[in-house]
Amino acid sequence: MPKNIIQKIWDDHLLVQRPDHPAVLAIDKMLLHEVTSAQAFNELRRRGLKVRYPERIIATLDHSIPTSKNRSNIEDIQAKRQVEALRNNTKESGIKLYDFDSRYQGIVHVMGPELGFTLPGTTIVCGDSHTSTHGAFGALAFGIGTSEVAHVLATGAILQYQPKTMKVEFLGKLPLNITAKDVIMKLIATIGMNGATGYIIEYMGTAISNMSMEARMTLCNMSIECGARAGLIAPDEITFNYLQDRPYTPKDKIWRQSVEKWRTLKSDSGCYYNNHIQVDISALTPMVTWGINPEQAIAINELIPVVEKGEQAYAYTKLRPGQAIKNQPVDWAFIGSCTNGRIEDLRLAAEILKGRKIARHVRLYIVPGSEQVMLQAIAEGLDKIFIASGAEFRMPGCSMCLAMNADKVPAGARCISTSNRNFMGRQGPGSITHLASPATVAASAIKGAIVSVEEI
Amino acid sequence: MQAFQAIISNAIPLDMDNVDTDMIIPAQFLTKIEKSGYGKHLFQRLKEQNPKFILNNSKYQFSKILLARANFGCGSSREHAVWALLQSGMKAIIAESFSDIFLNNASKNGLLTISLSPQTINNLMRQAQQETYILSIDLSKQIIVTSANEIFKFEYDSFRKDCLLRGQDDLDYLLEITQ
Repeated sequence: MPKNIIQKIWDDHLLVQRPDHPAVLAIDKMLLHEVTSAQAFNELRRRGLKVRYPERIIATLDHSIPTSKNRSNIEDIQAKRQVEALRNNTKESGIKLYDFDSRYQGIVHVMGPELGFTLPGTTIVCGDSHTSTHGAFGALAFGIGTSEVAHVLATGAILQYQPKTMKVEFLGKLPLNITAKDVIMKLIATIGMNGATGYIIEYMGTAISNMSMEARMTLCNMSIECGARAGLIAPDEITFNYLQDRPYTPKDKIWRQSVEKWRTLKSDSGCYYNNHIQVDISALTPMVTWGINPEQAIAINELIPVVEKGEQAYAYTKLRPGQAIKNQPVDWAFIGSCTNGRIEDLRLAAEILKGRKIARHVRLYIVPGSEQVMLQAIAEGLDKIFIASGAEFRMPGCSMCLAMNADKVPAGARCISTSNRNFMGRQGPGSITHLASPATVAASAIKGAIVSVEEI
Repeated sequence: MQAFQAIISNAIPLDMDNVDTDMIIPAQFLTKIEKSGYGKHLFQRLKEQNPKFILNNSKYQFSKILLARANFGCGSSREHAVWALLQSGMKAIIAESFSDIFLNNASKNGLLTISLSPQTINNLMRQAQQETYILSIDLSKQIIVTSANEIFKFEYDSFRKDCLLRGQDDLDYLLEITQ
């Protein structure tokens, strides 16, 4: 029977399936960060259990750390304790931690792929909902809670109900200046923020085949924003070229054998999906959110729509239906996060910021997703372009995406952001977030108001 | 995990779709390394921003049931959201639908999640808003009985039900299988 890629990876990792029980699924790899792991290690201690497969796990610091130059001096006492806990837990368990001094520290979903830790056909989990990012490599990757982190630490397996599968096919070529961020925002606006709850998505289409790995990661990253725990793309030559010669990727003969195997890792023709949607992107224009969740997104030239039960969103964002989103003044701009903190995103921003100044009233934070991204940006001179434009180029971390470190948007301020969630107060208590692509954020920072690249 | 007992309580009518885990527990409270101490921060931002927010109403101070609309628990995977709900006294969430990760996290901590049709939720929401309306939830029979003598049956996964009723953890089962 023909199978889709999701079923193939699932079947490959199915350890036990008892009737009326969830499946026991083998987990190949886990990523840890400071925020969702300490309680899991405590649970193992409480039960007298050891980490079973430390070699299948890597850890880094990202969520609660400062992004200032002297970041190793963490002022927040509780955050410091959390970082110390991860250092101790990983050391005790023999898990490799990519700390501040490692040159690979970064947001888990940026540094994992850079290390070649993320491989096609594997199952990957992390205590973070944006683990779907790793699906860009043809991995089955999904976010889990802290209890499940403990399960994987102790057993290398997890209980899972078999998800339904959804094929999302993007029709047409990606127009000029339109990014993967606009594509995924369009999908979320189309199917809604629970449009794929209970599903794992396979993305396909010409536009996807032509996308770089960075763009594919942006796309898969936001799968969770339409409710899908995972979204993936079958691996191809672009995937293999990205992975070759990275620290964790297989070498020599095993590399060649792996690539041979990965070439067959795709959905069979005539295979079944529980759901299938097509989204035409041939006339896509830059997307931006107007409300308080990622489905409340429109094309930048559209007017804010009338939506059912929208009162809270209108009140919070201080916008009215029928108003234009374009030219809304912004106070802050943020380029970074596991969605858009990769080298391509920074290059795109630099291209727009080069020789220009950001508006005087705007603060623009540019936060590389990892040390590798930062070092590459410096090597290419992007940091100089950013600083000359008036932006602040900071150290790697989650930064202003989620307001759990020192980087916050002040109450009442409006921020145009490349991150993934515009929930109320997500970037700081009382802050207003508009999600968009790095191109739109850079352009808006220059203009001091929400505009697309064409407007500057 | 404690074995699940029958619940009798009024229900907090949180009349919202898409209650995300950032609302339930904002990220600024996630730097702790313990599992306790989250209850006092439950919905803290919404409580601060709006004096009329339903959880500020003392009538619901001791409620064990939270009523909401579609897609409850969406967004971040933070299990702290479930801990915060439990630590502020919640035993069950009744909603039209839940996010996948939240459902998993809830069942692993003994928090019951009940999905009911939009019509039924409408009905419950209206009554819970209007009067002192008591719900009694029996997980073993999978029914909710109201003080107005209505009975609603609900679906619940048999494995999760067994774990909840026995207070058994998934990890015991996993350890047994993967040995």
